[in-house]
Formats: sequence, C-alpha cells, structure tokens
Amino acid sequence: MFKNVGKPIPKYDAMGIVTGSLKYAGDYAMPGMLTAKVLRSPYHRARILSINTAEAEALPGVEAVLTARDIAHNTFGFVPDNQVLADGLIHYKGQSVAAVAAVDKPTALLALSKIKVEYEELPYVYDPREALKEGAPQVWGEAGLNHWLFNGKTATREIRKGDVEKGFAEADVIVEGEYMTPNQEHAFIEPSATLAWMDEAGRLVIRGKTQGLFFTQNDLANVFQLPLSRLKFVGGTIGGGFGGMNSVSTDHIAGLLCLKTGKPVRFQFTREEEMACSTTRSPWIFRFKDGVKKDGTITARQIEVIHDGGGFTELGLYAVEKNANFIAGALKVEHVSVTSRLVYTNKAPGGSMRGFGVNVGQFADQLQLDKDAAAIGMDPVELRIRNAFREGDANHVGNPLVAVSAIETLQGVSEMAGKTLPPELAQMKSK
Amino acid sequence: MSQIVHFTVNGREAEIIARPELSLLDVLRDQLGLTGTKCGCNHGDCGSCTVILDGRAVKSCLVMSPSLEGKRVVTVEGLARNGVLHPLQKAFIEYGAPQCGYCTPGMLMAAAAFLLHNGAPTKEEVIDALSGNLCRCGGYEKYSEAVLAAARGDFGPIPKGSELNV
Repeated sequence: MFKNVGKPIPKYDAMGIVTGSLKYAGDYAMPGMLTAKVLRSPYHRARILSINTAEAEALPGVEAVLTARDIAHNTFGFVPDNQVLADGLIHYKGQSVAAVAAVDKPTALLALSKIKVEYEELPYVYDPREALKEGAPQVWGEAGLNHWLFNGKTATREIRKGDVEKGFAEADVIVEGEYMTPNQEHAFIEPSATLAWMDEAGRLVIRGKTQGLFFTQNDLANVFQLPLSRLKFVGGTIGGGFGGMNSVSTDHIAGLLCLKTGKPVRFQFTREEEMACSTTRSPWIFRFKDGVKKDGTITARQIEVIHDGGGFTELGLYAVEKNANFIAGALKVEHVSVTSRLVYTNKAPGGSMRGFGVNVGQFADQLQLDKDAAAIGMDPVELRIRNAFREGDANHVGNPLVAVSAIETLQGVSEMAGKTLPPELAQMKSK
Repeated sequence: MSQIVHFTVNGREAEIIARPELSLLDVLRDQLGLTGTKCGCNHGDCGSCTVILDGRAVKSCLVMSPSLEGKRVVTVEGLARNGVLHPLQKAFIEYGAPQCGYCTPGMLMAAAAFLLHNGAPTKEEVIDALSGNLCRCGGYEKYSEAVLAAARGDFGPIPKGSELNV
C-alpha cells in the first residue's frame, strides 16, 4: 500500500559515515588556510580597562588580531545582544575578548599570550535569586537590568486566568512545591568548527555546523555588514547539535578574520571551550502553589518561574515565553496565575536544547501533581486523568485544543506499566 | 624537535614529520589527510579518534607521533577492502546505528579490533569493548546489536587481521 512507510531504508549519508568519507566542517582544509584562536576572560565579571595587541600583531605569522573596537556590528544572537568580542564589561568567564588568525596553531596560541588585557575584577552573581536582590552585581553594568524587560517595561511575563485567590478559597488543601533544574551541556561529540573563505565571486563563504542555516546567515549578515547576496552558508553535516548549534560559536569570528585577511580561516573549539563557553540548557526555578479539592479537582495553580539566562539573552527569552504557555500543565484549571522572569547572571548564556523551556516545566509540573495526589490520598494517575484537558477545551492562554489525547495517553502508559485502572477511569475518553 | 618517522597506515608506507606535541590523530588528519578519524575531546575520553595500532584499539590523540616508527596503523578508511564494506560497516548501516555519525569511525575501529580477538562475544563483552566510545545521540543499543550481528556472521565472514593490514 505504501512505497516507504513500514520499510527500513538506509540513512542517506550512512555510506559516507561508515567509510569515514563524510566530511564535517572541521574536516575541511584549504591551501593557505589560517588558524583562529580566541583569548577568553579569566573572570566571571570584570571591566576591561585596556587591551594592547601590538606585540601579538608584530609576531611573525600573525595575520590579524581583532578586538571589539575593530568590529562595526559587534552584536548577534536570537535577541541580538550577545557580543562577538567583549565590549567593556565581561558578562561571564570564558567570554571572547580578542581573536587571532595566524599561519598555524602554535603561532596563534603564542599570539594570544602576547595580548595584554588590563582588567578590573568585579564581584559577580551566580544565583538568579541573588541577582534580583537590591545591591547585587549588575550583569549589564546598569542598575535594575538583571532581568529582561518584557515589552520594554516590566520584569515579569504574566499569564492570568480567573482569580487564584478564589480558587484557593474553594480548595480543601493548599500544596506548595519548589523545583529546580540545573545547567546541561549539549556535549555533542563534534566540537564547533567553521571554515571561512572568500570565493571566486567575492562572496564570504561560511562552512559551519549551524542547525539553523538561514537563521544564522541572516543573523551574521549584520555582523559581517554584508548583503545576503555576498554571504553564502554551507552546512548540513553536523556531528551533533541537540539545539546547541542554534547559537553561533565559531562562524562569526572565523568570518570576520577571513574578511580582514582575505585568506581562508578555520576556527575550531577545543573541548574545553565547548564545555566552558558555549550555550547550555540554562537553569530554572519553579515555585508552585496548588489548590486541590478532596475529589481531585485542582481549583487553582499559582506558579512563579525564574529562568537563569546567564550573561546574555540568546534564546532565553524564547524559552521563557514558551515555558509560560506550557507550565500550568495539560490540565483543566479554572484559576491560573503564571509569573515568569528571565534573569541575567555571570554565566555562559542559555541556548536551545531539546524541548527547552517545555520539558523542564513538565518535570516540575509532574512532580507537583504527585505531591497534590499524595496530599489528598488519591492515586496520581487518577488525579491526572480527572483533570486532563479534553477535546475542545481552551488551554491556559485561551487557544482551543484539537486532537487531544491526554486521557488516552495516561491509559496507555498505565497499561504499559502494568497498572490496572478502575473501570470508570479506563473508559474515559477525550472526546 | 622534529624527526622523520616511517610507519604503515592501512597497508601503505607513510613518512611523516613527528614532533612531541603532535599526536597520531594530528598526523593522520593534518599530514596524511585521513579525516575519517575524528577529534572529539583530544583527551582520550570520547573515543572518536580510535584506530587500530599493532592489532589493538587505541585513542590516537594519546599516541605521540615520535613513537610511531615501524608501527602498523589501521583507520576507518582501511576497513573496506576493494570497495567491499567490512561486515561491521554493513551491520552499522543495516541496524541504523549511526545518527550524527561523528562517533561512528571510533566505534567501528573499537569493534573491529575487538572482533580480531574475540570471534564469539556475548553482549556484555561487546558493551565492554565499546565502553570507551561516547555517542551523544544515544545509539549504544543499536551499535552493540550491530556488532553482535556482525560477530554472528550475519554480514559475511569477519576479515582476519592480515586481511585488514593490522
């Protein structure tokens, strides 16, 4: 009946993978290619007082040295506030401060050691709750900006439905819980790598490992100050990304060094750089307060969310918006209040990673539901089925839901777990 | 301190410039153009640079180039013979084991070295043999099932060491 469905087909690039002939970005080399290396901040937070690159530039074999002042458009990212090279204030340890292109790796590394940076080391903040307190070190250097300003005005992203105080008054028990998730590094096995060169038509070509070819091309056209007609991105073969390659690690610096020298430039992260300086799945703190009736009805959910976005916005804002929409769960609850903050700390910025914003929220939501069930002595599956969204329900931000299957999923999971549901629950349907 | 060193790669004589700071991995990729061997960590932790050195699987990033004189090295490029894939390569494709594929050359070489010494492994032995190779896509189960299938002969006879230039 089907040509392909139900039939195994070999992966399209499997032959190249198993013979070692498939090339990843870092496998490409070109004649006359330069090696790029980056000098990184040894401090979590510091003010750059001066940078002297004269000695590095005079070193034989060094073709270019870049600092922030050499870059016409120094910002990039999903929310373009990340800096190609640090401009004044260091936001996190490992932040790029200066970049070098040299004839080989030893020369590039030697050049880094010749760059003289004078820092004023400053107190830093690591815990997002501390960052929100008065007198905390200011990641952006200005008071009151340790959090994203939604609509340019407010510190919180708020979702309000009904009246939670009314819901709490209707409840038999109030159940509170706090849940935290840590940083997680993507740790793809292929470190970030870019080969940049000028092609025969005068275009800058970036062969990299971005997961978002066109997004990165558009983002970096600003950094390079090039029209898209003069900027070509080549990619698609990625030795693991898991969301991490939605953020730029090496493309921008390789491209700028190529533009400055006119020569091919290869920039590859070491594993240390990958672990210390690339984006992560950033930490979250969730505080739940649920109103629950003895019959299992969840009358109200009040949720406070803090997302520790690290030193720059990157994809943190996207994560907070997405999380705010999902955090109250796939549950019918009449009174809902979600209050979310995106907080800056002196850590590497938060990027995307496999369901970012959503699965961390589900983790907290599901633990809280177990706590709710325990508080009223109800089976945790029963509590979920009784409160589950059904076909045509509106979610917590008012969107009608179609093809809902929460109840059927819970029934299926119960069966797989060898759990027998009472007939009333076993026969419930979403439609 | 550079020196010229001679060794064999995939049955061919190679003459390379060895320096204490250059590893076998550096030499393979940068001097011999054999980029099938991957660098994941350069610390001997991830296994993506695994090659066969004198019959044993080694992390090539930990082998110093001056020590290579007279050695015999087999890389992923040397697994297929006369255009015919090694049974492990066939099994990896058939089982859909590689995802992003970056760890695959290392997995193949660890498995190939293992099968030279153990013709009828148990699953536990296969898992143990691949335990030095990280796969972040999570392909461990399919990799070990594929190695077991190849060891069973599902994809043809396993070549002897001499046939692989080991």
